Amino acid sequence: MISFDGVWCRRGDRDVLREVSFELPEGETLALVGRSGAGKSTALKLINRMLDPDRGRVLVGGRDVATSDPIVLRRQTGYVLQEVGLFPHMTVARNVAVVPTLLEWKVDRIHARTQELLELVGLPAAEYGDRWPHELSGGQRQRVGVARALAADPSVLLMDEPFGALDPITRVELHREFERIQSRLHKTIVLVTHDMREACALATRIGVLHEGRIVALDTPVALSRSPEPAVRTLFDAMSEGTAVTSPREGGLA
Amino acid sequence: MAALFAFWGSHAAEFWRLVAQHVLLVLLSTGVAVAVGVPIGVVAARRPRIGGPLAALASLIQTVPSLALFGFLLPLPLIGGIGARTALVALILYALLPVIRTTAAGLLAVEPSVLEAADAMGMTLRQRLFQVELPLALPTIVAGIRVAAVVGVGTVTIAAAIGAGGLGDFIYRGLAMVDPTVILAGAVPAAALALLLDGALLALERSIASRKRHARLGVSAAAVTAVILGGVAFASYPRADAIVIGSKNFTEQVVLGELLAQTLERYTTLPIDRRLNLGGTFICDRALQTGDIDMYVEYSGTALTALFKQPVRPDSSAVLEDIRARYAATGRTVLPPLGFNNTFAILVRSADARSRGLTRLSQLATHAPGWTAGFGFEFLERQDGYPGLASTYGLRFREAPKVMDVSLMYRALAGGQVDVVAGDATAGLIDALDLTVLEDDRKYFPPYDAIPVVHAATLLRHPEIRPALAHLDGRVTAAAMRRMNNAVDAQKRDPAVVVREFLDALDRGVS
Repeated sequence: MISFDGVWCRRGDRDVLREVSFELPEGETLALVGRSGAGKSTALKLINRMLDPDRGRVLVGGRDVATSDPIVLRRQTGYVLQEVGLFPHMTVARNVAVVPTLLEWKVDRIHARTQELLELVGLPAAEYGDRWPHELSGGQRQRVGVARALAADPSVLLMDEPFGALDPITRVELHREFERIQSRLHKTIVLVTHDMREACALATRIGVLHEGRIVALDTPVALSRSPEPAVRTLFDAMSEGTAVTSPREGGLA
Repeated sequence: MAALFAFWGSHAAEFWRLVAQHVLLVLLSTGVAVAVGVPIGVVAARRPRIGGPLAALASLIQTVPSLALFGFLLPLPLIGGIGARTALVALILYALLPVIRTTAAGLLAVEPSVLEAADAMGMTLRQRLFQVELPLALPTIVAGIRVAAVVGVGTVTIAAAIGAGGLGDFIYRGLAMVDPTVILAGAVPAAALALLLDGALLALERSIASRKRHARLGVSAAAVTAVILGGVAFASYPRADAIVIGSKNFTEQVVLGELLAQTLERYTTLPIDRRLNLGGTFICDRALQTGDIDMYVEYSGTALTALFKQPVRPDSSAVLEDIRARYAATGRTVLPPLGFNNTFAILVRSADARSRGLTRLSQLATHAPGWTAGFGFEFLERQDGYPGLASTYGLRFREAPKVMDVSLMYRALAGGQVDVVAGDATAGLIDALDLTVLEDDRKYFPPYDAIPVVHAATLLRHPEIRPALAHLDGRVTAAAMRRMNNAVDAQKRDPAVVVREFLDALDRGVS
């Protein structure tokens, strides 16, 4: 579904990605893991042409994205940011409706889709639709962000540290939501995170980026046995994590 | 306070016309500034290399005092001249800076994550600008519009000096008549207008920022009000074919302007547009040359020396012949003199004159070193003004003469702030404030016969003007002029009424 073929990407005077190649089958969730500056977000932005590679090709559904109009491509691709980036001058419902509105859907269809999605992320439209983003908690805002990304039913969903800014309890809660939604929708998802625990919990495959290269790409279980030093560092950091980050029942915000 | 309401009551139609004009000028200038300034602000935010210099230019313009900016614009073709058009250009230039600055600031303050989200959702740059960036910058932009509009209300009052209309008309008239009631009649509603606009736009700004739905309602209500007011004001501007009568900015000139206007209204059917209280001699002259005004009353000596830069001459008929030819050469026609000679009068307090036995200018030199003089700016600069006077009579005052507003000078003298002023021989306040005119015993001042000067083309187009104004030939004596000036200055009577009584008396054969 998504494949990188010898991709190089330069930002400023630094090669952020060097010769990155991988393939991600449809319906899978790939977590790109690595330290800050390893090139995770850059790789993500190449998929919906927020950035373009200097060398190599990025293919989505077998088609080189360079041949797609970036505006059309982005409207077909869901995108979730760490800061959420909800439009503060639009209500929750209008935020969710942004892409369908850009695509000029009929009003009725937009309305129905908005209701459906808010329901899906656990924020019923009747109660939350007319609220403003500043009236929501961080977790609720990110749920709206996910609903907005899913609005036009994209087959690919890109998530840039979507749960990074949330408190641990809310994060775990949203992890569950994520799994629930993904089990229903089966999107092809690329998720950027620096948290190996989150990657293991959510992804079917994990790609470890180190200094612009993919040093390992495998299932979580297989990866946990990898001798690669960069991978080991990430797993070690995970085991040092506090108990608060581990899933537990009840007491959710 | 009662006097103020009485004045509004007796000038109701004019009052509302001036209010409507004032509002129209502010709305039009602010509206155009928004239409031009917001795009410039967008460019300034997107491309600092282009926007920066533009914003700097707008900033530079704003440092020019408004009266000076009006002065710069007056001689320019198309955008210059007397009237609302020039005022609009200046007002727009002033309003641009706050609009540009707040637009750029508002756009630059939009969260980067919101912009990233807009890009990632697949908005084009244009969609991002109109659907995200401008709506988010709107409260800031409205704050800029608020500043522009409130500053505009103040600047429009000054624009009355170049005949743009608005509440400044009352203020200048009040200054010319030294009548606080008339000043307040313009200043109070102007201040109220500024506060009202400030409050309304602040409420709009807040309601947009608080994302309430009635913001849209507020905008629509404001727009409807603006359109209605604009219509009223537009209708109140005089017809283009009207005969435009100008005057300088002191009582006698306002009375004379009114005199020309009422005489034409009495003896012709021509529509008349009064542009009284224009800045001064040079503004009136320039306006007459360009045809922005059709006539005003000038003084022969002023025309000779100040306008045509000729040396002072004592012979009244020779001066008239000379300026008649010079005016004719520049497309203006001098009509016969009205009858009085308004020469400069050097004035002292009557008490001082009596106690020192002072009656003639040649006696002044001995007292001058202990006295302070106050002169109008024009008198200080003019060839036939202070420099020649000082050398003719050997005058040296205690300190350099104070520059004073002509309209405030008489009271400054009576109140003791200065000891000598240069006024007009026909000033009504001379009697009212018990001042004494010193005799020009060395014949320094040239003759200042009052003469109507008319745009020559206007006389050709409307031949009935000449016989109508002939009713005034030689009939306005110095005594009559002083009486009318006194009625306006000291008795605070309406110039229009005073002139009507004078013309009624003329009709009855009394003078």
